[in-house]
This record gives sequence, C-alpha cells and structure tokens, in this order.
Amino acid sequence: MNRKSILKNATTAFLVVFSVIAAACSGQKMGSGSTESSGTNVSMQGSGSTFVKPMMDKWTSEFGKLNPTIRIDYTGTGSGAGIKAIQSQTADFGGTDAAMSDEELKQATAGEIVHIPVVLGAVVLTYNLAELKEPLKLTPEIIADIYLGKIKKWDDERIKKENPTLTLPANDITPVFRADGSGTSDVFTDYLSKTVPEWKEKIGRTKNPQLPQGVGIGGKGNEGVMGQVKNTPNTIGYVELTFAKANNLPTALIKNSSGKFVEPNSDSVTSAAGGMAAKMPEDLRFEITNADGEASYPISGIVYILAYKDQKDAGKGKALADFLWWAIHDGEKFVRDLHYAPIPSGLVTKTEAKINLLSNNGKPVRQ
Amino acid sequence: MAQTGALGDKLFRSILWIAATSILVLVAAIFYMMLQNSLPTIERFGMGFLFGREWVPAQETFGALPFIYGTVVSSVLALVIAVPISLGIAIFLTEQAPRSIAKPIGFMVELLAAIPSVVYGLWGIFVLAPFIRNYLGPPLQDYLGWLPLFQGRLTGIGMLTGGLILALMITPIITSVVRDVLQAVPTTQREAALALGATKWETTMIVLGNAASGIAGAVVLGLGRAIGETMAVTMVIGNSPQITASLFEPAYTIASVLAANFADATNEIYLSSLIEMGLILFLVTIVINGLAKLMIMSVTRKSNAASHV
Repeated sequence: MNRKSILKNATTAFLVVFSVIAAACSGQKMGSGSTESSGTNVSMQGSGSTFVKPMMDKWTSEFGKLNPTIRIDYTGTGSGAGIKAIQSQTADFGGTDAAMSDEELKQATAGEIVHIPVVLGAVVLTYNLAELKEPLKLTPEIIADIYLGKIKKWDDERIKKENPTLTLPANDITPVFRADGSGTSDVFTDYLSKTVPEWKEKIGRTKNPQLPQGVGIGGKGNEGVMGQVKNTPNTIGYVELTFAKANNLPTALIKNSSGKFVEPNSDSVTSAAGGMAAKMPEDLRFEITNADGEASYPISGIVYILAYKDQKDAGKGKALADFLWWAIHDGEKFVRDLHYAPIPSGLVTKTEAKINLLSNNGKPVRQ
Repeated sequence: MAQTGALGDKLFRSILWIAATSILVLVAAIFYMMLQNSLPTIERFGMGFLFGREWVPAQETFGALPFIYGTVVSSVLALVIAVPISLGIAIFLTEQAPRSIAKPIGFMVELLAAIPSVVYGLWGIFVLAPFIRNYLGPPLQDYLGWLPLFQGRLTGIGMLTGGLILALMITPIITSVVRDVLQAVPTTQREAALALGATKWETTMIVLGNAASGIAGAVVLGLGRAIGETMAVTMVIGNSPQITASLFEPAYTIASVLAANFADATNEIYLSSLIEMGLILFLVTIVINGLAKLMIMSVTRKSNAASHV
C-alpha cells in the first residue's frame, strides 16, 4: 500500500464513519417525536436502566406479537442516561430504578414528568468463590466495609463469624462497582446509607459512588459488572438478580432489619414492597430499601418508566399507555420467570391512575 | 466526451473548495463547541482541574489528573510493547521476506486493524485477563516483585491488561506505515550499500537511518490511536481513578471515563467536566497528529529528492 492509497482509504473510512453517524443521528430524531402517527404503524424508542433491560426485552417482544403495528425498542444505557434522555427528549420514554430528584425534574423543561412503577427487582451481592458450597451470608456492615476497603480478605473474622459452616479462602477480596451512573448503584448506596452511618458519611446515596482510592474495579452496566465477577476469582459485585441467575452465579443472603438472613427472589422483594405501599407519596417516588418484615429482602428497588404527562404525539402516547397498562396486568405473568417481582396489589391502582394521566392536548390518550 | 466549458470547470473547482473547507469548519465547530461547554468547569476549577486527584461526581469534585495519568501510562506502555514488534514485522516484510510470504503476512496485519475494538475488549476479558492473572503475573511478582511496578493485587484487570490490548491494536497501524516508509527509501541505497560490501544487517541499518523521521511519525500515529481508544480499554482497565505505580492495579483513561459517563452526566458541572476532558484529549490528539504529519512529510520529501538524482 503506498501513501496515496492510505490517504484514499483513510478518506473512505472517514466518509463511512461520518455517514453512519449522520444516519444514527437522523434515526434518533425520528424516534424522538417527529414521526408520522397518521398510519397504523407506531415506532417508539425508550432508553435507560440496564437493571430492567431483560424485562423490557421480554415485554416489548410479547406486546409486539399482540400488537403487530406497534414497535417499541428499549436500549439499556443506565438509569442516569435514561433520565437525561427524557429531559432532553431524545427518547420517547425513559427507564430508571432511581426516582428523579427534584432538581432533575426541574431540568426537564419540556413539561411535567410522570413516574410509572412497572416492576420491582433485587440488587444482589454476587461473588466468584468456586469453593463455596452454600450461599454466603452478609450483613450491611460487612458489605460496607468490603466496599470501603476495610475488610480485605475473604477469611476475615467478621465474615467467618456470620458463616461458621463455610471454609473461606485466605484471598484478597476484589469488590466490583458500577463505573457509569446507575440506578442499581443508587439502590445499593441508599440501602447502605440507611444501615451503616460510616457509609452515609463517606459515600452517601448516589448514582455515581466513589470508593476510596484503590478499592475495587469498575464495570460499565449490569452486564459489565457481571462480566468482571464471572471472569475474575475472588470478586464480589452488585447486580440485578436476573444477571446473576442468567450467569449461574451465587447470590448472598442479606441480613434484613428484622435480623433474618433473606434470599433474594420474587417473593422476598414483593414482601419488601408490600409494607411500603401505605407510606407512598402521591407522585410514587419512594424507596423500598431496608423494608420492615421478616421475609423482606432489604436491597430491593422499584423500576419506573418516565414519560411526559403531555404526550405531543397522540398515536405514540396511546401506544405507550396501552403498553404500560398491559405490562402491569397481562404482562405480569412474565415477571417471575425473569426473577423480578410484580408490583404489589396496593400499588397497581395507583399506577393505573398514573398511566391515565398521560394525555394529548388535555385529552387522556388511553380511551 | 462532451464539452463542459469554462463554467463547468469553475463549478467543479468551487465544489471542491467547499468540500475541503467544510473539514476546517467542522474541526473549528467541534473545538468551539467543546470550549464553550467546558467554560463552567474552567471558570470554577481553573488549572486545578488538570491537577486535581479527586473525582467524586456526587460532591461535584472533579480532578482530571488520574485520568490524564492513566491515559499517558497506558499509551506509553502500549508503545513500549508495540514499537519493537511493529518495526520487526515491517523490516521483515520489506527487507527480508520473499514475496510469497510478505503478501499474506501484510494482508493479515491489515486485517488486524479492521477488528472492532469491542471484540478486542471481549477477548481481553475472556483470554488476556485470565492469562495475566494465572501465567504472566505470578512469575513477574515472584521475581520482580520488589519493583513497585509489579506490586499490588493481581486480578488480571488493570493497567497492564489495558496497555497490552492497546499494543495489540496499534501494532497493525505502526507496521503498515513503517512498511510504506521503508519502501519509500530508494532501492539504489540498498544496492549501493550491498555493492560496498555491507551485510544485510548493515544495509538495513542504513535504510532505517534514512527512514528515521518517517518511523517516528508512524510511532506518533500509533500513540494518537492509543490515546483515543475507548471501548476495549474501558472493558479491561478496571475504571478506577487512582494514581499508583503498580501495573496490576486498575486505572482509568480519559477516553474510557467519557464512554462510561457521558450518557448519564445529568448536571451541568459534571457534563462540563467531561467535555473539558474531551477538549484536553482533542488538543493532545491534534498536536500528536500534526507532529506525525511533519515527520512523515520530511522523509517523503527526502526520498523524492533522492530518486530524482
């Protein structure tokens, strides 16, 4: 290859890349609100939480079978990205497992945003210790100290005390955290902030936790953390339950507020939400971490779909409302298979009311 | 052929001018946009941004030093590994290999350059990281563990893995540019050297000497690619903003922090900090590419002059 052909190839490559980017940008615009809704075909784009991605994939595909004229795509970009996408209207709806803060709501200048809870999930502590035959038992204090770099070895006295029957290796613990802005991190740090004062003071509740220097490795997305834990011995990481199950990795039992060690599963998550339904505020923005109840799994979270109350496009608005309505009713049967938990009955009616808020020019879209 | 006349010529020239200047406008627009959007951070932190070691988005503390450090060290590491290998391949292909072997090897080198970086990243997680953890790391820690470079936790995810992946990715680029540079050295020089009784080794040294600035240009081009590489590095470097001497510890680069956080930076100062890091990267890349262009230009001119004699 001589210099001329390098130059030629480089130019071609540049043009290809450029046109791909241009195409992607125009595609995004099409998804964000200017497509024709006059026909029967509705195409929508959502993005956000990777926590709920497996659930959304199942729902959108099943809903698509029932409604062939509606196409809904959901991209797992992280809850922070989902919030940003709805603020900037680059997606038709967002997904997040951390309710938007007042400040974030203020930045959404295009109108009022509705939080619609669709499903619950567990943030689990998963680990790569091939030698363990039984699940590990952890307390919030142990988890916090591992992530603060204070418990460094798997055979630390405090871990051994809670797990007398297990033979723990004398290896260094490598905690894995989320490198991107994440609702999973938000649920995880919210839980530790409620239970461990030192955590609250040093790290606090945040979508972007910053561990002390030199502690742990960061992965991008639930799948990124999963990949690191799966491929690196002696790691521990926090992910949505489905990701651990899909990779056949163990999940730790966590000590809840009643002092019981609870396994993460659909029932223990529903139990956590059950007791909280009465305490819910009007806008449904709340947390179910460290919930009361002996059977409650303490690191549970709610996944919200974020949408503008005023749907600019009546066709899309109706499709979204129909989809969400279907998801919390008929779609519920797919929830347990994927190790999520359905929203408790006390919350269903409140969610229905939120879906009915979606309107176009003041007229409810779902009629 | 139909006559297009003077008007056609004029039109054609204007179209070309527009095409060429649009690149300049594009670069200027990108630079302006990044500068404008990073103003909040520049105003708030000033030069402190470049030297800050703390990165805590939740508390709006932003310091770029760990990322600059990670970018520089991983790229230098990549160069240290990739340059000797690339030079070896290029010299073999131009000076030693019979045509029947040079062609397929050259083809494969170019093939490597076409693999998407996410594939390198996956390969890094599944193959390279376990290899470093189980085979490369332990002997290094056993025999050279007294060096701070090889201390620390050995998880397979960290600076060394990032550097190795980068080395692999820039080898094809450096190789093909060096090969072109060597081919540009006139054959007469080799013939003259051989006629004077030089060995193959001595001849190669003479050729390399004449191509030196072009080779340096190739290296700088590789460096430019290494500095800007995003996906593969994010997957294997561990994404932890810290400054340590250890090559086994996780680190973070500018490109990978942008990839991980750009989509979800919801508040202004956070976004602005990321954009300022993008600006730093942009400036560094422009300088590096400019240097490379100058170096390659000088060797080309020399070889043109030589072949005219």
